[in-house]
Amino acid sequence: MDNINVSIDGIQVSIPKGSTVLDAARAAGIYIPTLCHMDGHKPLGACRVCLVEIEGGRGALQASCSFPAADGMVVRTNSRRVHNARKAVVELMLSAHRQDCNACNRTLNCELQDIAKRLGIRENRFEGEMPPRIMDTSSPSIVRDSSKCILCRRCVEVCQNVQTVGTLFAVDRGFDTVIAPTAKKELTEAVCVACGQCVLACPVGALYEKSHIDRVWEAIDDPDKHVIVQTAPAVRVAIGEEFGLPAGSRVTKKMVAGLRRIGFDKVFDTDFTADLTILEEGTEFLGRLKNNGTLPMLTSCSPGWINFIEYFYPELLPNLSTCKSPQQMFGALAKTYYAEKMGVKPEDIYSVSIMPCTAKKLEAGREEMSVVNGLHDVDAVLTTREAAQMMREAGVDFVNLPDEPFDEPLGIATGAAVIFGATGGVMEAALRTVYEVVTGETLENVNFEAVRGLEGVKEAVVKIGDIEAKVAVASGLSNARKLMDLIMEGKADYHFIEIMCCPGGCLGGGGQPIPTNDEVRKARMEAIYAEDEGLPIRKSHENPAIRTLYEEFLGEPNSHKAHQLLHTHYTPKALWPTDVPLDEVKTK
Amino acid sequence: MKSCNSDCCVPCEADIVAIVDKCGRTECNLIPILHELQRSFGYISDEAMETVAAELGITVSQVHGTATFYTLLYTRPQGKNIIKICDSPPCHLQGSKAIQAAITKALGIEPGETTLDGNFTFEVVSCMGLCGVAPAIMVNDDVYGNLTAEAIPEILDKYAACSCCCGEGC
Ligand code: SF4
Ligand code: SF4
Ligand code: SF4
Ligand code: FES
Repeated sequence: MDNINVSIDGIQVSIPKGSTVLDAARAAGIYIPTLCHMDGHKPLGACRVCLVEIEGGRGALQASCSFPAADGMVVRTNSRRVHNARKAVVELMLSAHRQDCNACNRTLNCELQDIAKRLGIRENRFEGEMPPRIMDTSSPSIVRDSSKCILCRRCVEVCQNVQTVGTLFAVDRGFDTVIAPTAKKELTEAVCVACGQCVLACPVGALYEKSHIDRVWEAIDDPDKHVIVQTAPAVRVAIGEEFGLPAGSRVTKKMVAGLRRIGFDKVFDTDFTADLTILEEGTEFLGRLKNNGTLPMLTSCSPGWINFIEYFYPELLPNLSTCKSPQQMFGALAKTYYAEKMGVKPEDIYSVSIMPCTAKKLEAGREEMSVVNGLHDVDAVLTTREAAQMMREAGVDFVNLPDEPFDEPLGIATGAAVIFGATGGVMEAALRTVYEVVTGETLENVNFEAVRGLEGVKEAVVKIGDIEAKVAVASGLSNARKLMDLIMEGKADYHFIEIMCCPGGCLGGGGQPIPTNDEVRKARMEAIYAEDEGLPIRKSHENPAIRTLYEEFLGEPNSHKAHQLLHTHYTPKALWPTDVPLDEVKTK
Repeated sequence: MKSCNSDCCVPCEADIVAIVDKCGRTECNLIPILHELQRSFGYISDEAMETVAAELGITVSQVHGTATFYTLLYTRPQGKNIIKICDSPPCHLQGSKAIQAAITKALGIEPGETTLDGNFTFEVVSCMGLCGVAPAIMVNDDVYGNLTAEAIPEILDKYAACSCCCGEGC
C-alpha cells in the first residue's frame, strides 16, 4: 500500500494512505486524548477532545480521530491553542457531569477522570444547569446512570453494530440528549440481551453491572449459611488485571486463595459442570444425529445469546440444546447432589458464582432456574470486577497470595472445561469427547486449531468415524446473526454450531475487567489455552469426579434425573413491545 | 396487508410500506421517509417507526433516535396549527421571550403543549433563518416577523377554530 509522510510536532512519520491524523500521532508515539474513539470502529467524532492544529488548513482545529492524514501534512498536537481548546471541551463536559468520583464505580479506571487530570483541570469553570438524572435500575444485569454519561456513543456503536441488538441510541438533541432505549424506555421495557458489551465500551461510570456484592457479604456474615462459590473458566485469566497484573496473567490458584480469604466456605469450579455440559450436550448431539433430530444443534451456555435467540430467532429455539449453562448446572447440583453429600439443607446453602458476564445475573434469576422448593439454584452472581472489588474490600493482597487448589469434588475439572472461556472452546471440548465416544479410539492430537482464534465466524469439517461433522463457531451477536440468517434461508448444512454472545467468547464478557479490547482478548485467550495444556486431563469424559457423579447420582448422561436437573426449555419473546407507553408528552 | 380504505387518520401498515417504496428502500432515505410520513399523517407514530425499521432492516431505536433529533419531526399527534417561535440569539435579543409570553397568555399553553381543543401546538425551535425580521414566529408555513407582543392575538385569531355548532372544527 502507498505510504504518506506526515510531520507531527516536528516528528516525521510514514504511514499508510487512508490513515487518520490520530493514527499518525500514534505512529509517532504522541498521545492524543480520545473519548469517543474506539480502535477498530469507524470514527464517531462526537467528543472533540482529540483536537489538533493542521498547518495551512482553514484555521479551525480538527478532530484527529476522523481527520484524514495527507502527504506533507504538518500537524501540531501540543500548542497552547490546542491545549486550551481540549481543556474547554472537557470542562464543558464536566459542567453537565455529576462529579462524585469517590462514589463512582469507575473511579481510578475512568477515561474522563484520566483526561481531566492530564489536562490539568483543577476547578469547575462553567457551572450551570444539569440535565435531569435518569437512573435505570430496572434490569437485573445493567444499570444506566445518565448523570455520568458524556454522550460519546461508544455503547451505541457496540449495541447497534457489534451486537445488532439495537437497544441504545441517542434520543432527542442538544442539552436534552440522552443515550437510552427507544423513547427513553427502561431497559426491561426494551429489548436488551443483558450482554454488558455497552458496559465494556463506556469510558465512564454511566453503565455498570447491577451489584450483588452486598447480598454476598450478608450471606458470608450469616453463620447459618454454608456459602459456596463457583468460578467460570474465563475469570482466572482476567482477574489479575484488576490488581495491576498484565492481561493474560494466569492466576487461577491465587484467585482460589483470594476467595477463601474473603470468607467462602468452599471454593469450587464452574469447569466441573462445563465438563458435565460436554457429556450432556455431546450425548444430546449424538442422539439428534441418530434419530434425525433438529439440526444444526446450537449451543446454549451463553445467556446473552439465549436472550438474543428468544427475541430475534424464536423459530430456531428447537435447534437450541436443552442443556442449561454450566453456571446453572452447578447451581442445580449444589442444592441437590452436594447438599445431600454434605448433609446440609438446600435452604442453608448460599450459592454464588463469579462470572465474566452480566447476562448471568439475569439467567440466575429466571424462574425456571430452580430445582428445589422455589430456591434459586444460584443465589448471587458476581462479575469478575465485583469479585475483585470484594477482595479489595477485604484487604486481600492479591498479587502476593499463595497458590491454593480448588475444593473437591466440585472443583475437579479438565482442560476441555477451561477452554469454554474462549470462542470455539465448547466446540473443541465437545469434539474431543464425541470423537472418542463414537470411534472408541484415543484422540492423539486434542487441539482443534480450526475453531480457535478471534475471528467472528469459524468453520470446520471434522471426520468422526463415518460422520463428516460440519461445525461452525460464532462469537459476537452480529456474527451469530449471520449464521442464523443462513439457517433461516436454508443455506446452512452445519451439524453443530457454537455461539457465544460476546466477541471472543466469555473472555471478552461484559463482566470482565476494563479495558477489554482485542489486544487484551488475545492475551486472555493465550492464557486459556495455556491453562488447558497445563492440565493433566484434557477430555471431559475422563474427569473422575464427573464419573463419580453419574455413578452416585445421575445415572447416565441425558437420564431422567439429568433431564430434570440439568436441562431446560426456552420461551419466545416479543420484539419491540409497544404496549409500554412512550415518554409522557405534555398535552393540555 | 391491505389498506383499510376507511377515512381514519391512523396509518395502516400498507400505507407506510407504500411510502417506504416511494422514497426508496434504503437506510439513507430514512429522513425523506420520515418527512413523507409526517406529511401524510401529521406525525410519526410508534407503529410507523416500527414498520419503517423493519422495512429498512434497521433498529427501531435508530429510527426513533433520528426522528427525535429533528425538531421539525413529530412523534406525537400535533395540533391542527403549529406555532413555532425561534429562541436563537438574534430573536432572543430582539425580545422573543415577550412574544412567547404573549402566546402563552393568549392560548393558555406553554411551549411543547397542545391546546385542549387540538387546534394549536406551540413550540420553541432553533433558528428558522428569519433573523432579518427577528423576533419571528411561524404558524404552519406562514411567517410573521418584526413582532410585538400586541400583534399576537390578531395573528392567532386567523387560525382560531370555528365556534359554530357543527363541532367539526370547520
Ligand atoms: S465517571 Fe469518572 S469523572 Fe465521572 S464521577 Fe465517575 S470516576 Fe469521576
Ligand atoms: S447489555 Fe447488550 S443489548 Fe443491552 S444495551 Fe448493553 S450492549 Fe445493548
Ligand atoms: S453511556 Fe457511556 S458509552 Fe454510552 S454514550 Fe454515555 S458515556 Fe458513552
Ligand atoms: S475521539 Fe475524536 S471526536 Fe471523540
